[in-house]
Amino acid sequence: MSAMKPSRLLIAGLAAIGLTTAAQAADTITVVSWGGAYTNSQVKAYHEPWIAKTGNKINSEDYNGGLAEVRAQVEAGNVTWDLVDVELADAVRGCDEGILEPMPLDELPAGSDGTPAKDDFIAGTLHECAVGEIVWSTVYSYDTTKVATKPTTIADFFDLKKIPGKRGLRKTAKVNLEWALMADGVPADKVYEVLATPAGIDRAFAKLDTIKNDVVWWEAGAQPPQLLADGEVVMTSAYNGRLFNAIVNEKKPFDIVWDGQVWDIDLWVMPKGSKNKAAAMDFVKFATDTDRLADQANYISYGPVRKSSFAKVAPAMQPHMPTAPVNFKNPLQNDFGFWADYGDELNERFNAWLAS
Amino acid sequence: MAAITENDGMMRAADGTPLKQALARATRMNKARAFLLTTPLLAFILVTFILPIGLMLFRSIDTPEVSAAFPKTLAILQEWDGNDLPGEDAYASFASEMQELASDRDTRSMISRAGTRLNYIQSGFRSLMNKTSRRIQRVEEPPFKEAFIKIDKRWGEADTWKTIRQAGSRYSTRAYLNALDLTTSPDGEIVAQPEIKQIYVTLFERTIWVSIGVTVACIALAYPISYLLATLPSGTSNLLMIFVLLPFWTSLLVRTTSWIVLLQTNGVINDILVWIGIVGDDSRIQMIYNMTGTFIAMTHILLPFMVLPLYSVMKTIPRDHMRAARSLGANPMIAFMRIYLPQTVAGVGAGSILVFILAIGYYITPALVGGQDGQLISNIIEYHMKKSLNWGLAAALGGILLAGVLALYWLYNRIVGISNMKLG
Repeated sequence: MSAMKPSRLLIAGLAAIGLTTAAQAADTITVVSWGGAYTNSQVKAYHEPWIAKTGNKINSEDYNGGLAEVRAQVEAGNVTWDLVDVELADAVRGCDEGILEPMPLDELPAGSDGTPAKDDFIAGTLHECAVGEIVWSTVYSYDTTKVATKPTTIADFFDLKKIPGKRGLRKTAKVNLEWALMADGVPADKVYEVLATPAGIDRAFAKLDTIKNDVVWWEAGAQPPQLLADGEVVMTSAYNGRLFNAIVNEKKPFDIVWDGQVWDIDLWVMPKGSKNKAAAMDFVKFATDTDRLADQANYISYGPVRKSSFAKVAPAMQPHMPTAPVNFKNPLQNDFGFWADYGDELNERFNAWLAS
Repeated sequence: MAAITENDGMMRAADGTPLKQALARATRMNKARAFLLTTPLLAFILVTFILPIGLMLFRSIDTPEVSAAFPKTLAILQEWDGNDLPGEDAYASFASEMQELASDRDTRSMISRAGTRLNYIQSGFRSLMNKTSRRIQRVEEPPFKEAFIKIDKRWGEADTWKTIRQAGSRYSTRAYLNALDLTTSPDGEIVAQPEIKQIYVTLFERTIWVSIGVTVACIALAYPISYLLATLPSGTSNLLMIFVLLPFWTSLLVRTTSWIVLLQTNGVINDILVWIGIVGDDSRIQMIYNMTGTFIAMTHILLPFMVLPLYSVMKTIPRDHMRAARSLGANPMIAFMRIYLPQTVAGVGAGSILVFILAIGYYITPALVGGQDGQLISNIIEYHMKKSLNWGLAAALGGILLAGVLALYWLYNRIVGISNMKLG
């Protein structure tokens, strides 16, 4: 028996080597996104069809946004992420700092109606280093069973008399300062102009001061629906897709206030030095075609960035989209340029304001 | 006998070398062998611990971006008296350096990196640099001064150039200044940050106070538990030990989240209080997302680090000591204070230093249950590492924290003596 063992081991070893080489014939790319309901929608709409089509594999990872990991990987020369789903401000900053690969924008497939890609994508969703996927929005939501008067405007969020109780807000200066100004009567198209002045910043913080003691701060996208469901807050800011998931899929009694929604886009970027560049680029081209983008909107209420995808989104999903006309009445587009310049300073002040 | 004597009366080994020498060689070889055995560990610590910490600390003073991008312009600015605007030569050199960098995709990022560095000193610099580098491409003829001012009027302000000159030094202690709520004026004087931006000193103080508080709470809770564990019959005490160790083995995240379930406004504790009728349904107590939550969760999570060293010390104290003290006429209080307590000091010291040092760098728990006033210094370090990407400032904050811990350790060693510490 003991004489058998080495030969068995050998066979097992050879088989293992055979298996690994077989696996290496197909590429495995690492795709990083925000987790939860959002990643699920991407897995169903992008990953699974691509895996079925190419035979490649996808290693899906979650992160919490920001460029820290990308920068660390690029600087250490050990890039393990191939594609990352980032916000516009991070895409622009990463590109400027030279830690992202340029994207082959000319090779993106034309829309299903034949429109060339650069006209089919909404303006501002294609970037030197990034290809847009979705339009998402920060809105606020309330528990219909917990409030006496229903809030309808962004000013109501700051009105403790009209709707008493705790509010949830994301622990960052972004969106909160814009909302404070809008609630204070600044029209959406003047918000960043006012916020660029010292008096405007003081005004925004003064407005936030009025609710400071009644705010519960959240950090991860999955937190606010949970806070609302636990009754920890009566209303909270949240990403619209997460709320859609809670309202439609989990049947929670929440309602969304679209007034003053701050919308932004998410894009695919590739860290400089990605080891599976070809396969990852192929994935980007595949995942951002008309049908894939439209299909993704069937799983979560984030709008596609291609015009040709709009019509293909299921009718039942249309009213949940941030860009649906009924929701898009008083929107504000997040100004990445403003935040690239003033983000450090405003967040510093915001942190100091929080700690004081 | 040849080993012992020769003519000079010196002790010699078998081969004729003096015994002292032979002995020294043998011990040297033993030492070398012992050292060789520890080299894997040494190399491991060096590569995974000392080196990364060193590299990170180096980042706190390393500011190469501006000097790497604009060396010629900086040389000209060094000559500038700072009173009026710099001369045309500075503008011209700045323009040519920008044009050269912007001509290639790989070097273009150097302008942005310099812009990011400058933006830490003066907000708005990032877009100013990007905008200027795009537009200056089209300017080929002097006067460059007018061209720059036409692109943005800030180029016509002396402070803009002073900021560049300031950021141009290869190494800088600026991050440490910022970490202590200080900054420099354009002329280089050290001044306090405006009050609305001061945060780090407050957070350092808060972190130290929370750590002290948690340590004291841990001593108060762990002392009776450890005493019980050490004195009960081993069957019972082993069972109780499981209750200490089980949470210790459970994930930190799970334990923190359980506290959220217990303490939140509609959580178990509030529900029970309302049900008993101690508090009204509309005046539920806020016990989480504030300092209280941070304090409770941290104390619970760090408790085993106090129980275990205390237990191991108490286990070695013979019970006869207390009996002897009682029989000699000491009342229980005196017997405890003069006989038992002094013998447990080593355990209290070890537990305290463990808990305190772990608490001072605590991060996940305050992040999850801290809300706005339960945040500690580590949370702001994480913020600068992950969100603002100001790694220099994060490194400086971490460096100050490290120095603080080392100072406390040194103090502890002076007062209690590290050799008195018993960890188990």
